[in-house]
This record gives sequence, C-alpha cells and structure tokens, in this order.
Amino acid sequence: MSDIQIVAAPPGIEGSGFFATKIDEAIGLARSYSLWPLPFATSCCGIEFMATMGSHYDLSRFGAERLSFSPRQADLLMVMGTIAKKMAPVLRQVYLQMAEPRWVMAVGACASSGGIFDTYSVLQGIDEIIPVDVYVPGCPPRPEAIIDGFMNIQKLVQTESGRRREDPKYQELLAKYGIL
Amino acid sequence: MQNHPVFTDNDPQNETSTLNLGPTHPATHGVFQNVLEMDGERIVGGVSTIGYIHRAFEKIAEHRPFYQITPLTDRLNYCSSPINNMGWHMTVEKLLGIQLPKRVDYLRIIVMELARISDHIVCNGVLGVDTGAFTGFLYMMQWREHIYEIYEEVCGSRLTTNIGRIGGFERNFNDIAFAKINSFLKGFPPVLKEFEALFTRNRIFVDRTKDVAAVTAEAALSYSWSGPILRAAGVDYDVRAQEPYSSYQDLDFEVPVGSNGDVYNRFLVRNEEMWQSMRMIQQCMDKIAKEDSSIFHADVPAFYLPPKEEVYNNMEALIYHFKIVMGEIDTPTTEVYHSVEGANGELGFYMVNDGGRSPYRLHFRRPSFINYQMYAPMSRGMLLSDAIINMSSLNVIAGELDA
Amino acid sequence: MAKVTNEELLLSLTTKFGEAIVPEGEPFGLLTVEVNRENIIAVLTYLKAELNFIHLTDITAIHYPEKEKQFYVVYHIHNLVGGIRIRVKVALATADVHIPTAVNIWDGANWMERETYDFFGIQFDGHPDLRRILNVDDMTVFPMRKEYPLEDPNRIDKKDYFFGR
Repeated sequence: MSDIQIVAAPPGIEGSGFFATKIDEAIGLARSYSLWPLPFATSCCGIEFMATMGSHYDLSRFGAERLSFSPRQADLLMVMGTIAKKMAPVLRQVYLQMAEPRWVMAVGACASSGGIFDTYSVLQGIDEIIPVDVYVPGCPPRPEAIIDGFMNIQKLVQTESGRRREDPKYQELLAKYGIL
Repeated sequence: MQNHPVFTDNDPQNETSTLNLGPTHPATHGVFQNVLEMDGERIVGGVSTIGYIHRAFEKIAEHRPFYQITPLTDRLNYCSSPINNMGWHMTVEKLLGIQLPKRVDYLRIIVMELARISDHIVCNGVLGVDTGAFTGFLYMMQWREHIYEIYEEVCGSRLTTNIGRIGGFERNFNDIAFAKINSFLKGFPPVLKEFEALFTRNRIFVDRTKDVAAVTAEAALSYSWSGPILRAAGVDYDVRAQEPYSSYQDLDFEVPVGSNGDVYNRFLVRNEEMWQSMRMIQQCMDKIAKEDSSIFHADVPAFYLPPKEEVYNNMEALIYHFKIVMGEIDTPTTEVYHSVEGANGELGFYMVNDGGRSPYRLHFRRPSFINYQMYAPMSRGMLLSDAIINMSSLNVIAGELDA
Repeated sequence: MAKVTNEELLLSLTTKFGEAIVPEGEPFGLLTVEVNRENIIAVLTYLKAELNFIHLTDITAIHYPEKEKQFYVVYHIHNLVGGIRIRVKVALATADVHIPTAVNIWDGANWMERETYDFFGIQFDGHPDLRRILNVDDMTVFPMRKEYPLEDPNRIDKKDYFFGR
C-alpha cells in the first residue's frame, strides 16, 4: 500500500453508494485545499514567502498553487511586510475589492503590530484598517511558521459556516472597520 | 489615495491612456508605483512614486545605540543583509579606530560574498520569470536555501541576519559551517552552469533582452549609478577594487564589465560576479586554514560585548558590559563616511557622531534609491514589456529604496 | 592612473576660489570643506568640469538646533579616476533655508535633493520638481528635524506606564 495520506472525510452518514454530510463541511473541505492566495508582499517577509513557495518548503502542497495578484480572484490576502501609512489606503482598497469568502493573514511582526518600526510613518498593525484572521509572528517568520499560519487558515475555512458573510458577528466586525 | 496625474486630453487623435503600474503589481518587485502615459504599447511619459514602505530608518538610528542599529541595516537590502551588517560594523570600526585580525576579515568576506550570490540569484532568477521562464528561478532558489543554512550555522537566522558585532563576530564559525560552505562551493557551480545554459544563448531570452534599455556610460555616471548596472554600461567602478576594505586587497579577483548597458549585459555581469564571488570565497577558505582558528573578534573590550559567562564571573567584564550597554564609553565626536560594494551598488554610511551612545545623524547612501531615479526618464519611448524587464534588471529592493 | 592627494585637491580649490573655501580637516582621510551658499554652484561646477569629480555620491543635510546656522547641506562627491572623494558643506540659517540646485550639474541630484527637502525642508531653488518623495504628500512637517518625535504623536494605544514614561 502507498503511504500517501488522503484527507479525512468529514463526519457523515455513509452507505453503499452514498455519503451524506452537511454542505458546509463538504464545501469547507474543498475550499481549504484550494485557496488562492494574494501575496501582498511588501518587504522582507515577502522574500521568505518566495522561499515558502519554492521547492524546498512548497506551499503548493497545501493547495495554494495558483497565486492571484488580482484581488477579485483571490481568497486569501496574505499581507507580508511592513505597511506604511502611505500604503494603508492601497491595502484597504485591495481588501475591499476581494469577493466573499475572503480571509486575511498578517505575516510577520510588521503586519501584525508594526514590528520594530514604532515610527511616525508605519501603520502599527494592519488590524487598524482591515480585519485579520490569522497572525503569524516572526521577523521574518520561518517558512514553517508561514505554513503553520496557512494551516490555521485552513482550519478556519473548514470549521466556519459556509456563508460567513451572513453571520451577524462577522457583519458587526466589518461594520467596526467601516466596511459594508 | 495619492493624487496622480491623468494624462488624457480631449482630442481623440492625440489621446494617450494612463496606466497605473501600481504599488501592488506582480511585476514590480517591491512596492513602488509608476503612473505611465501610454500611446498604445509605447510609453510616452511616466512619473515614479515611492515611499510606500518608508520606515524612517534614519530617524530610528538617532535613538539607538550602535549595536542596535545593526538589525535596522538588515532590513535595508533584505536580499543580502550580511553586506549591510558588515558595512555598518566597518563604519563604526572606522570611527573608533578598531583594527581587525585577518581571520575576521576573511570570514567577513565569505559572508558578504555569499550574500552577494544570494541577491544575484534572486535578481537574475526573477529577470527570467519576467521574461516568462520560471524553471531557472526554481533551480536557483533551491540553492538559496543552502546559503540560508550557512547563515543559520553562523548567526541563527535565515534572512535578516544581524551577523557580527562591532569588532568581529559573536561566535566562531564551527566545523558544520565550514563543511556547508565547502559543499556549497562544490555543489553550486554545476547549477549556475545549468542556469547559464538555459538563458545565455537562448534565442527568446536574447531577443527579449538584447539592446533593451541600453545606457551610455556618461548618462549612467551623471545619474550617480553604481554597482552591476554601472559596470554593465562600461564603467569599471567597484568599491572592492577602488577602495578595498576588509582585506579585499589580499584577494585575486576580476571586475566584470559590460559594453552597452542593456538588460542582457546586466544579466551577464551579475552571472559573472557570482563566479567571481565563488572564487573569492574559495581563496578566503584557503587563507583561513593558515590562520589561528580561535580568533573571531578583535581585542577591544571597550566596544565588543563580553561573553555572558565572563560577565557573570569576571569583574572587568561586568563593568565593560555595563559601560557598553549604558553608553558610558566616549566615542570620537567626528563624522565618518564609509562605503561598501552592496549587491546593487555603492552602499554608503554617513555618520555624524556627538560622543554619545547613538549617532547624532546617520544617513544611508542607498544604491537602489539613487539608481531608480533614472527609471522614468529611461522608459520614455520603450514598449511596456521592455520597461518591465528594465525594472527587474535594475534590481530595486523596496527596503533600500525607501529606508 | 595617478591618484590625486588631498593636498593637491585643496590647493587647486583655494587657488581658484581663495577665501570662499574653508577647509575643515580630513576626518578619516576625506577632505571636508565648507563653502558659502553664494559660491556653491561655482565650486561644484569647477569640481565636475575641471577636477573630474563626475560621480555625485550623495546629498544630505544635518540639523543642529543649538548652532547659529542650524542646517548644513552636505555633498559627497567622488573622482573615480583620481581615486579621491571630497565632502562639501554649506551652512544655512533657519529663516532662509534656500540653496541653488545641483540638478544642472549632475542629473542624479534630482531625487537626492527631493529627499533632503522631504526630511529637512531645505528649498532647492531651480529644482524642476521639488516635492515630497518618501513621506505622505500631505505631511506638513519635516520629520528629520530634531524637534519632531520619532513615534506617531497621535497614537492612543501605547500606555505610558508600561513604557517608562
């Protein structure tokens, strides 16, 4: 037998020729293994992302093979690097252009909280302007850490409801940021 | 949003269109913006906007002691951080008049040349990607991991290395580090040869890059260019050869020079520099074998932080540790300018010191910033696809552009 | 190629400009001179045209709040063939931070002067496009001046108690 592991099926009722489960579970499973990331790479963390996409660490094993630089076609916004106040409107615009379902990953200390740059020109964390799902600490985080952050996003995608946009808590969160 | 000009006027015959090669774009390797006025596929004019990752390094440096500025310099040209680190340490050592033992110099050269190789791998690989050839990039990125492993043995970090201390290194290179350097020297040449075989006489690549963005030496010098792109234009200015630092004068190397400054020449110059860097690393490894293997820093207790075991057990070490960290040691109140050959050009550090713990003023002469100002005037009259290749061959690193 | 020495360089400058060149010394082998604003363009043109200083390394500024003339504009220029560098400084008073531009001498001075304007507010007269380059366009202060703080003054989430203030 080969030692290739196959993804575990979600809980459901199985019989001969049929498998019944919740749509949310099935869709969550499919989505999590086919996320299209938007690499919003600004600085050093972007170079570690290049290493993560390279053949040694290979993020495409997790389904993130097709990078999308157009926010309209992307699922996951990976903000990697320092966001300066000059760049903040651009980041917000890119986030607004993404279609639901969308997730945001703040990679690195600068995107999470401003990092070592506590200055007048650096935004102290992207969560001042857009909602963030997963924070990956590090300066820069190792590729293993970026992959771990990606796996956490996958867990979120699998366990959240299929139509997160209709969840009242999510809508409240977006309203706090002035979106919607 | 920043205001940018809109170029269209109302005459349909003369109408040009505005293209925003915006800060987030797959082809701009970093966050900088070009608003281009296009006549079909041809660029008629353009305005560059930078500063999208301005992190105020120079202001931060006025509030940090010398040894805390090293992590800041990491983040200037983050593809080749050790060169920035070493350049900064050499500036401070020049100010304080610290002489380094030869072994430290050779170890520094090894680290700096590995950084140069890793930066050129990224630049040439990404130039290949921009012309549509992804394979070469993937092959070379694999070997970048080997360079990262060497950095990890020496300093613990992959990318933003913070290698070294003022006066030398924080720890000696161990046998594993030397074994990894040797295996890199043995394993990388066939890969680089394969990469060159993929591109150098590839009809498509040559047609895309030959005579694209050719620059005369006079124009390049007038715009204060330096580094591989200036050498591709025919000027043999290399800080390592012109004003040798860190015992580069002991080594035997050549400075590759191109002829007409086009993108193909820049590609070839960077490849040849990688070969020369490997030659330099091999020479340093041979020279180190003849030195006393326990030396890894200069004997300057007033500026080199003592090891922790001595701080806890030895009175003088404790006092020196206190004085260094609290800034009680006097430093000369003068100004110093030191430059090293960064991967993109002359990386200079201009420091004005007032005798305290932090510099009074520290200015980084950043090659990417100075090289990039020619981009907008140069793109006039080019096709858009040529302008993209031109940008990748300039190797603008956003961290160094904006500081 | 013959290397030019600092003495030869200083001699040729003082022969041509006399009292206008004030030598400040040679910190770490780099000849440093101070020049008046009125003579700076003539000196820079002479350096480039006659003395072969074709590579402008950098232009920057320093702010000394306690001195009488608070701003110094510093030019680093390099003679590649002669293998020698020079540092030229110009002192400007706060009330009158104007200095003629060097863009007509070296094209590379364009962005260097914009950066110096952006950080210190030095007005380069005759510059084709003197506007901010690294900071946000609508910023009203010049952040590298000593009176401007490093951290964002509008920040509300840093508790002074935890930061020792």
